[in-house]
Amino acid sequence: MSKIHVTTTINDDEVEFLCDPRESLLDVLRDRLSLTGAKEGCGTGDCGACTVTVDGRLVCACLMLGAEAEGKSIGTVEGIATDEELHPLQQKFIEYAALQCGICTPGILVAAKNLLERNPDPTETEVRYWLAGNLCRCTGYDKIIRAVMDTAAEMREAS
Amino acid sequence: MQYHTPATFEDAAKIAFDAQGITRFLAGGTDVLVQLRSDLVEPDTLIDVKKIEGTNNITKNADGSWTLGVAVSGAEMSEHPELGNDWPGLVEAMDLIGSTQVQGRATLTGNLCNGSPAADSVPVMFATGATVSVTGPDGTREVAVEDIPAGPGKTNLAKGELVSAIHIPPRGQGGGDAYLRFIPRTEMDIAVVGCGVNLRVDGDTITEARIALGAVAPTVVLVPDAAAAIVGTKLDDAALDALAAAASAACNPIDDKRGTVEFRTHVAGVLAKRAAKIAYDRAKG
Ligand SMILES: Cc1cc2nc3c(=O)[nH]c(=O)nc-3n(C[C@H](O)[C@H](O)[C@H](O)COP(=O)(O)OP(=O)(O)OC[C@H]3O[C@@H](n4cnc5c(N)ncnc54)[C@H](O)[C@@H]3O)c2cc1C
Ligand code: FES
Ligand code: FES
Repeated sequence: MSKIHVTTTINDDEVEFLCDPRESLLDVLRDRLSLTGAKEGCGTGDCGACTVTVDGRLVCACLMLGAEAEGKSIGTVEGIATDEELHPLQQKFIEYAALQCGICTPGILVAAKNLLERNPDPTETEVRYWLAGNLCRCTGYDKIIRAVMDTAAEMREAS
Repeated sequence: MQYHTPATFEDAAKIAFDAQGITRFLAGGTDVLVQLRSDLVEPDTLIDVKKIEGTNNITKNADGSWTLGVAVSGAEMSEHPELGNDWPGLVEAMDLIGSTQVQGRATLTGNLCNGSPAADSVPVMFATGATVSVTGPDGTREVAVEDIPAGPGKTNLAKGELVSAIHIPPRGQGGGDAYLRFIPRTEMDIAVVGCGVNLRVDGDTITEARIALGAVAPTVVLVPDAAAAIVGTKLDDAALDALAAAASAACNPIDDKRGTVEFRTHVAGVLAKRAAKIAYDRAKG
């Protein structure tokens, strides 16, 4: 089967790849580009473990074709920390023990970061609705929500 | 699977007309990709419409009507500063679809053309009196939305035809719309019953109404008897009871673990009343 040539930007780096038209963006990230941060929990848009940003909007990478990435700017969890410095959300997730197995964590971090960029002062209800598409079978969500709320408060103070 | 990114609707129609086997159009992909991944439908030809110019535009026309591009996402509708003032029910219905991630991609056109009887944006689209432009090998025609769905997973679009724009009529004075659905959870679920209402008042009296139900028949259905039950009234209790009876009478639902026939039929009446009250309050301003 003939492959499609795609040029895109991932975490601010220009990237080129060849993919089969059937391959999802998630397949491409994990299997062709070795960006294994985004996880496959369901493959059908239900769990959010594969969450990435595309031109600044949250998307399930399992519900987008690799071919659709042409000319787009993709953000993954690998782009959240700067060099050796963790993003405040990542630090808070450790502090609050907001993860156990960690499968949901990359997706939740990408989604929460995107929320705080749009709304630096969300209510708890807003955080819960925003993250409703990110399932976690371990934590019971409470620690995740508190970690996000506390990060938001700290980032507001810092700015 | 062949993946195409045509630059015009005419080219998209031509590719679809000449294609062999299964053809799908790709808007947000939130149905197409799920069907592909779960091996339900593997298209031979997949035609991505998002490279066609204007498909991301939300335009308010001079007469107050709206033209929505076929790739406009739910998130773009919710974020639009004016669309939700004119048509809050339509925007809320679209916003019920899936998670934040799904909202970034899912479209009205995909919701309509996927052909699900439970599609959340479709009852209120019917109620608004929306039309769609359909482009095919012989040019473009305008079709009422209620003429698009043909049955679960099926549309009346012919081979080589695709939706090229959605048109929502001018809101005008004294209008209000609303959509309510019943789901067993509070988020991320498929409607067991959905009801869209759009009406207009003169003072306190309803002068026009359109009401549609989802998930109670093989397609979303417009229910003229339900509309007739409230036109000419001030939405008093007698009118509401007549509305509920007409809505329930229009039901021909499936029976499954998510809702029995009896339950769906009853809830259709309840939701019709509640949605009508919201639309009425909105219409009175
Ligand atoms: C996690 C999740 C939750 C969901 N929750 C809901 C929900 O609560 N309520 C609900 O109603 N739906 C829900 N959906 C289903 C889906 O998101 C919606 O139906 C959505 O509106 C589809 O739009 P799309 O742009 O993604 O369509 P696509 O997947 O791109 O296309 C859907 C269908 O429409 C056809 N099509 C697309 N564009 C055109 C065109 N221009 N002309 C003709 N045909 C066209 C395609 O061929 C395909 O058959 C959910 C999906 C997921 C993954
Ligand atoms: S893997 Fe994409 S949503 Fe579950
Ligand atoms: S930490 Fe295991 S799924 Fe969330």
